[in-house]
Amino acid sequence: MRRQLTIGVAVAASTLMLAACSQGSATRSSSGDDESDRVTVRYMEFSSNNGNEDNLASIVEAFEADNPDIEVIVETTPYDDYFTRLQTAVAGNTEADAFELNYENFVTYAESGALAELSGVDEGAYTPSLLEAFQYDGAQVGLPESFSDVVLFYNKELFAEAGLDEPSADWTWEDQLAAAEALTDTDEGVFGLYQPATFHEFYKVLAQAGGEFFTADGSAVAFDSPAGLEAARWLVEKPGTVMPTEADGAGTPDFDTELFRSGNLAMWHTGIWMFGPLADTPFEWDIVVEPGNATQASAMFTNGVVVSAGSDHPEEAQRWLEYLTSSDAMVDTRLEAGWELPPIADTDKLAPYLDQTPPANRDAVFEALEETVLPPVISSQQEMQDAVTEELGEAAAGRKDVEDALADAADRVNALLN
Amino acid sequence: MTAPLTQAAPARIAPGPPARPRRRLRKAGTVVLFLAPSFVPLAMFTLAPMVGSLWVALHDWNLISPMQWVGLDNFGDLIGDSNTWRAFGNTLYYIAGYLPLVFAGGLAAALALNTALRGRSVFRAAYFLPVVTSWVVVALVWKWLLNPSSGVVNEVLGAIGIDGPGWWTDPVWAMPSVILASAWKDVGFVMVILLAGLQSIPAEYYDAARVDGASTWKRFRHVTLPLLSPSSFFVVVISLINGFQVFDQVFVMTGGGPAGSTEVVVQQIYDLTFRYGRAGDASALSWLLFAVVLIVTAVQVRIQRRWVTYA
Repeated sequence: MRRQLTIGVAVAASTLMLAACSQGSATRSSSGDDESDRVTVRYMEFSSNNGNEDNLASIVEAFEADNPDIEVIVETTPYDDYFTRLQTAVAGNTEADAFELNYENFVTYAESGALAELSGVDEGAYTPSLLEAFQYDGAQVGLPESFSDVVLFYNKELFAEAGLDEPSADWTWEDQLAAAEALTDTDEGVFGLYQPATFHEFYKVLAQAGGEFFTADGSAVAFDSPAGLEAARWLVEKPGTVMPTEADGAGTPDFDTELFRSGNLAMWHTGIWMFGPLADTPFEWDIVVEPGNATQASAMFTNGVVVSAGSDHPEEAQRWLEYLTSSDAMVDTRLEAGWELPPIADTDKLAPYLDQTPPANRDAVFEALEETVLPPVISSQQEMQDAVTEELGEAAAGRKDVEDALADAADRVNALLN
Repeated sequence: MTAPLTQAAPARIAPGPPARPRRRLRKAGTVVLFLAPSFVPLAMFTLAPMVGSLWVALHDWNLISPMQWVGLDNFGDLIGDSNTWRAFGNTLYYIAGYLPLVFAGGLAAALALNTALRGRSVFRAAYFLPVVTSWVVVALVWKWLLNPSSGVVNEVLGAIGIDGPGWWTDPVWAMPSVILASAWKDVGFVMVILLAGLQSIPAEYYDAARVDGASTWKRFRHVTLPLLSPSSFFVVVISLINGFQVFDQVFVMTGGGPAGSTEVVVQQIYDLTFRYGRAGDASALSWLLFAVVLIVTAVQVRIQRRWVTYA
């Protein structure tokens, strides 16, 4: 009796373990539920995080109403953790049927063979350049989902209180710095501007200074130049004067958002995806194209969506993605919410976007698109970004000369190119 | 306990001539069944991944593309990479600060709480509480305490006229910050082990020493310390192994920064895998770490004969 019991316990224990294990690695959602024949499509994404979750949910709802045979399950992860989670999921074959990728990471995934080729895409529906961005080896392996750019947000009330002219499209760095100095009041905890010394700011201000990140053939960095030094100086000399430092909390998640929302930040370099989350601030704010220096250059980002090569329901997944990227319901939701812009070819549909406020000067979103700069992309993307951000951070904290930091950043990025 | 087992068995299975080997086999089967509940998860979640990581270490793999065989290249690259040496250097710095601090703190607490102090069970529980608290919580609390501009520590230092350092935002002070938090959390663990060691020392030794006229210090030096050495040895071995594997507090408090000043080995393994898509290099580094821990522990076991006294 007792012996049988021990066997029973041992067997039960191992069965439990196996069950736990197989649950952990359950790869795909099963179709053919006993309730109905609905197919479940899992979708992993980051871009609705931090304020746009409901907007994505309403697109899903509209899609499911039109496609009663498909159920979409959204899995949202904050951007900072998204790619860690995604690559782990891909490595373990537990990735969703469809997922979101930003342009910088798209190439890595396309190269790896993790993406399914899409067929029968309605090419006319998309802006051609954005559609091309998600082709690889002549195949359409992704669809553009959205695009956005970075502009200068400013608090109108702080400018009015200080009796200063509001920023205009013809401002240069010098004008901006003068205003920032006048607006900063460290005793009151009010800062003139926020522009962190990071990779994403650096390649942009480098373009504004008239410099190039890589040489024309891409074999080496080109930012160890006078323009590069000017760009680096512009970024690293602000913390502690017109901008909060790391010790003040700069660089921690949502620090800049909270600073601006609380009315203690006069100027902020950030993306147009903040329109929605900032709609309810108690003060007035507006936007303008970022000041340039030698020339103007605005950062443009584009996100795409892909179907996993391992999906059991590639057709249903593609149907969802086409809806997510080109349907009128999506266009309406994005425009109304002031989220990132839809990648559609028919720009007339974007008209309602310009009629909304805040901000009043929505034309700046499209003005910024006239002179854009895309992030430099290499296969060791994150390592390059970390190297540049770390060296600039050292210079910003005053622990390294800006010349040395720039030279070290150049050496570290060059080492990644071989 | 075992009687029903041996009695029940022959009744169920037809008796045959080679009874002995069969019984032994059956006994082995029982052993396996009893071991299974702990061995199966160990095999699945520790041994199999270890073997798997050795396989990964021989490849270039970014987690999403197919693996590329590179043989021992990853190991060669690591040895030639200054980041590897920085990571081991930072880890040794951590251990050099952490181990003496946690041991001295734990010993002091154990000695104090081994006396007839009022409410000592309350103190024991209080010292042990951080040990069973999540590392993430402890690290966040310390990060907040040591905040350079608004943290309690610098506020207090400021009140007595000392300009507090930048703690985890300053490359010089970041590692001491991590060490401080780690020692604070683990003091309770060391205390419990040493307290048990103290209480197993028979009172007769102290009585005899007292009769011989030994002072308090001499009783501590010649009775307590030698007889506490088995517990001390255990604490040192465990703390050293844990020290080499330090990660959670670093990940939460500094993420390896600023400027790589707290980039310890396991943080480096994490960054290589999950930030940089270099799982091959990371696996090779894991094995390098394993080898170092194995050697250090083997050496410790060797030299323990010189200083550990078993009463």
